[in-house]
Amino acid sequence: MEIKMTGIAKAFGTNQVLKDVAITLKAGEVHALMGENGAGKSTLMNILTGLHKADAGVITVDGVATTFANPREAEKNGIAFIHQELNIWPNLSLLENLYLMQPKRNGIGMLDRKAMLAEAQAKCKELNIELPLTKEAGQCSVGQQQMTEILRVLMLDAKVVIMDEPSAALTERETETLFRMMRQLKAQGVAIVYISHRMEEVFSECDVITVMRDGHTISTKPVQETTVDEVVRHMVGRSIDEFYPDRTTAPGDVVLTVNGLKPRDFNSTISFDLRKGEILGVAGLMGAGRTEIMRAIFGIDKHDGGEITLNGKHLHFKKPEDAIKAGIAFITEDRKGEGLILDFSIGKNITLPNLGQVCPNHVLNSNKLVDFADNLSKRLGVKTQSVHLPASSLSGGNQQKVVIAKWIGLSPSIIIMDEPTRGIDIGAKRDIYDLMNELTSQGVSIIMVSSELPEVIGMSDRVMVIHEGAVAGILNHNDASPEAIMNLATGGQ
Amino acid sequence: MNQNITETLKKLGPLIGLIALFIIIAFMNDSFLEFSNLRNLLRQVSINAIIAFGMTFVILTSGIDLSVGSILALSSAIMANFIVGGMNPEVAILASAGVGIILGGINGIVIAYGKVAPFIATLATMTIYRGATLVFTDGNPISGLTSDPLFHGFGQGDIAGLPVPAITMFVSFLILWFVLQKTTLGRQTYAVGGSEKVSYIAGIKINRVKIFAYALTGMLSAIAGAIITSRLNSAQPTAGMGYELDAIAAVVLGGTSLAGGRGHIVGTLIGALIIGTLNNGLNILDVSSFYQQIVKGIVILLAVLGDRKKA
Repeated sequence: MEIKMTGIAKAFGTNQVLKDVAITLKAGEVHALMGENGAGKSTLMNILTGLHKADAGVITVDGVATTFANPREAEKNGIAFIHQELNIWPNLSLLENLYLMQPKRNGIGMLDRKAMLAEAQAKCKELNIELPLTKEAGQCSVGQQQMTEILRVLMLDAKVVIMDEPSAALTERETETLFRMMRQLKAQGVAIVYISHRMEEVFSECDVITVMRDGHTISTKPVQETTVDEVVRHMVGRSIDEFYPDRTTAPGDVVLTVNGLKPRDFNSTISFDLRKGEILGVAGLMGAGRTEIMRAIFGIDKHDGGEITLNGKHLHFKKPEDAIKAGIAFITEDRKGEGLILDFSIGKNITLPNLGQVCPNHVLNSNKLVDFADNLSKRLGVKTQSVHLPASSLSGGNQQKVVIAKWIGLSPSIIIMDEPTRGIDIGAKRDIYDLMNELTSQGVSIIMVSSELPEVIGMSDRVMVIHEGAVAGILNHNDASPEAIMNLATGGQ
Repeated sequence: MNQNITETLKKLGPLIGLIALFIIIAFMNDSFLEFSNLRNLLRQVSINAIIAFGMTFVILTSGIDLSVGSILALSSAIMANFIVGGMNPEVAILASAGVGIILGGINGIVIAYGKVAPFIATLATMTIYRGATLVFTDGNPISGLTSDPLFHGFGQGDIAGLPVPAITMFVSFLILWFVLQKTTLGRQTYAVGGSEKVSYIAGIKINRVKIFAYALTGMLSAIAGAIITSRLNSAQPTAGMGYELDAIAAVVLGGTSLAGGRGHIVGTLIGALIIGTLNNGLNILDVSSFYQQIVKGIVILLAVLGDRKKA
């Protein structure tokens, strides 16, 4: 089976995710699809399998123009997508998961468990893998769940298999098994799309590499004809324009030291320090563990061991309350889920962490609270008629400003910002960058987690790169090129 | 502007309903508006209202408390036992409130620290507290408690023409309105129900807020129990059965969202008055108690459906 996608375009609202994308998938070929977060890889594959409809472009299957109405129809036609978030019913056994959508029945229409088990066992043997088929899926490792998903797809007799970062959650041994299965599929003439950020895997397991950036296909080359350097350059190759305000403050002495911090479920420990008035950018790929590290520092999630020293004092934050008392603020990446109570007015949201400070005797003083919220709202430039309107009435950018306002109100000495400008418009972004500069000039230190490389490079005094839950390196501003960051983030040298 | 009008209408909805109910019943029977009947009405409403005030706090944190009736019975039985044992009856009322705080506090601790769903936790303690009451009383009422006039006044007396239970209701209403609207604790009660995650990250002591809500409800249930015990001069082991449903109904009728974070205690007072007016009015109109239940259910449904449409 050969699939050709040409001229594919797709917008979600005003966000043009795909502009002009072309890719060709051939039988017996492993095709790597690479690009930064948000480059449009998953969207492209979702269009192929019928989850989204393309705004423009043509898909041909063996020369015939085709669109699938939904993923199930694509599957019936031999095109299967194994998502990063597995489609597993954790309360059913692996066997039941395998056959849920295509059960085997006996003569009188009842489920034929014996036949299903026999077939699944035979298939496992054929592929030389071991699976506890009768065990509840929720009790199995992610690797075993993933194998089950792959097995299910194979039993559909798929001709095209798309895998979205399949190795991200696997152990080394499981990854080896995955590759063995992939080679076997390839030998059977299956076309495989392999979405991954890991250079090493891509170069050892794939035949062709297509790089996407900002909704375009930048290059498609056989593995032999390209290099890691070239791929990285293609992934990040945009210039950083004059969009970012100049950093004017020189960082001072070290204020925060994190030493040997081990967030729960991490295999490695994290150590770094932060200076007064510094912006420390934190870069890394999605799933590298950046957010988890920040949550562990702030006391939202548990950590096993490690030391946090703030202005020479050893501190241990069991819950956010402790971190707040020590003068740390945390601007979450999940604005709607963790940042704002959408039903609450703008004013009530802003004053939420500040109630004790504004009303120390525990009795609310409405005038003082409204003034407090009004001042902060104006300082951040929140566009609203009144702080009495609900937070849900604001645009994304203004909501983000409200989240920042409520923390600025505490006059923190350190602010952790997790994706501070995600999903907001250019104007609001610039406002937030200016505020970051203003704050650091007043001696506030900022840790900024961001998936946008230009932002990280444009705003940071230093850049810490996280790769698979460990600090891959800390770059000074002058060394923080897109290539250097991506290299560290993908585990290259 | 338009939004303001619908907002106001929504807030006034329960009050309009109550007034309409008053007018309809008054038209159908003259004796409804007689002073003695209105006094009676307030006396009947007070018990449910006092419990429902606490339930409002609990529901605002997006919880629920099914154990209020059992707490009422157990704290009353303990109080009656104290009085029979020779304790000063007024001190015994305070002790009973203390028992309510402890029993409610246990609910709160199980829910906050044990992370048990409030419905399940209080379903369990409802059974446990009721069982404890039966064990403690051996299944018999504790009667003939005291002839202390102050104690009897708590359930039966009048001050300036108003029944004392109604005064207790209004005083608790004023205090709790202040706590909910004018203190940081009240604001945090709304916040926890609005979003536990946001509240936690904002440094709010969410466990303390929850435990307070349940302990308060426990205390108010005990006070309601003391009123009943004083009126009967006897503590019944089966007292308070089914009271949780009336209290929840009052809160919901008052426009408080069962999802938490939205609502107000004024609505709960009106909700309790609506239920009380229905009970009282249907009795006066000689509607059989079987039909009364159907009518009550329909009113609750209509109120909630109306609220949905406006939202």
